[in-house]
Amino acid sequence: MNWRYVLPAVFVIGLMVMLAIGLTLDPRKVPSPLIDKPAPAFSLPSLHQPDQLVSQQSLRGQVHLLNVWASWCVACREEHEQIKQLATTYNIPIIGLNYKDERSDAIQWLERFGDPYQLIAVDYQGNVGIDWGVYGVPETFLIDQAGVIRYKHIGPIKPADIPQTILPLLRKLGATGVMQ
Amino acid sequence: MSRQLPVCLLTGLLLIWAGSGYAQDPNNQLSETQQARYITLIAELRCLVCQNQNIADSNAPLAQDLRSQVHSMIAAGKSNAEIKAYLVERYGDFVLYRPPIKPSTWLLWGSPFLLLLLGLVIAWRIAAARRTDETLHNAPDNAALARALNEEESP
Repeated sequence: MNWRYVLPAVFVIGLMVMLAIGLTLDPRKVPSPLIDKPAPAFSLPSLHQPDQLVSQQSLRGQVHLLNVWASWCVACREEHEQIKQLATTYNIPIIGLNYKDERSDAIQWLERFGDPYQLIAVDYQGNVGIDWGVYGVPETFLIDQAGVIRYKHIGPIKPADIPQTILPLLRKLGATGVMQ
Repeated sequence: MSRQLPVCLLTGLLLIWAGSGYAQDPNNQLSETQQARYITLIAELRCLVCQNQNIADSNAPLAQDLRSQVHSMIAAGKSNAEIKAYLVERYGDFVLYRPPIKPSTWLLWGSPFLLLLLGLVIAWRIAAARRTDETLHNAPDNAALARALNEEESP
């Protein structure tokens, strides 16, 4: 066969393969540069006790999740069952980062849908959100015993995500509560 | 000439109107050069919520937050490189409309030159093929010419 026919064919097939791979990627899922980096420190007012400051220090040494949510976020409602399941069935401590929300709305929302959070920090301005590279809610970070971010889930956690991604990661990190 | 005047005026008005969006940011205490830096910087940063817009054009709350962040960092005397590094640390290279040159972006930056090189090679090969064709076509003529010359010399 002549290279004159083979070369363009190879080029076109290569291009098609690249475009096909491109179609399977979700451009909304931007890989976080914070993976395997220490979780950014914060000190924010607590949702339930506004005069108290909370930080992730109290969960140091434990594998935990940080779930960014807001009462105005419809997808958060969708994932809340999964957050509750992780907290109750698997005993994973979860920090809620209440993002750009009104306190009264947030409290009402939790009364209606349940409060699985060990502590809730109020990020009214969204500054801590910027530090964590949050660009949409919900987002969930998995933090290991050493306080290092190991995984970021962008968008709502779907029921299938728990057995497929979150539990294996938790087991790998040796989280208590998910070990058999 | 007189017909162009209204167009010029309209363009000028539109430009003023378009520029006024930048002036809406709170605590505007930047110097003229800082303001110019601010405007170029926010035009080069991607809004992650509406990914095909820069943070200058986007009205998403996050874009507003990032604009005010860039604004206050410039006011605090941070350099463009420092501000970009701050954002890349949090959002990754994707936040930059002009990605840095590094191993993972070599293909991205190099592909136009690779394609140009490929085009040149193809053009050169086609030209070379044509040149050989021409020599082949000319060959009988050369022979005839030589014969003619020989005949002229022989008597």
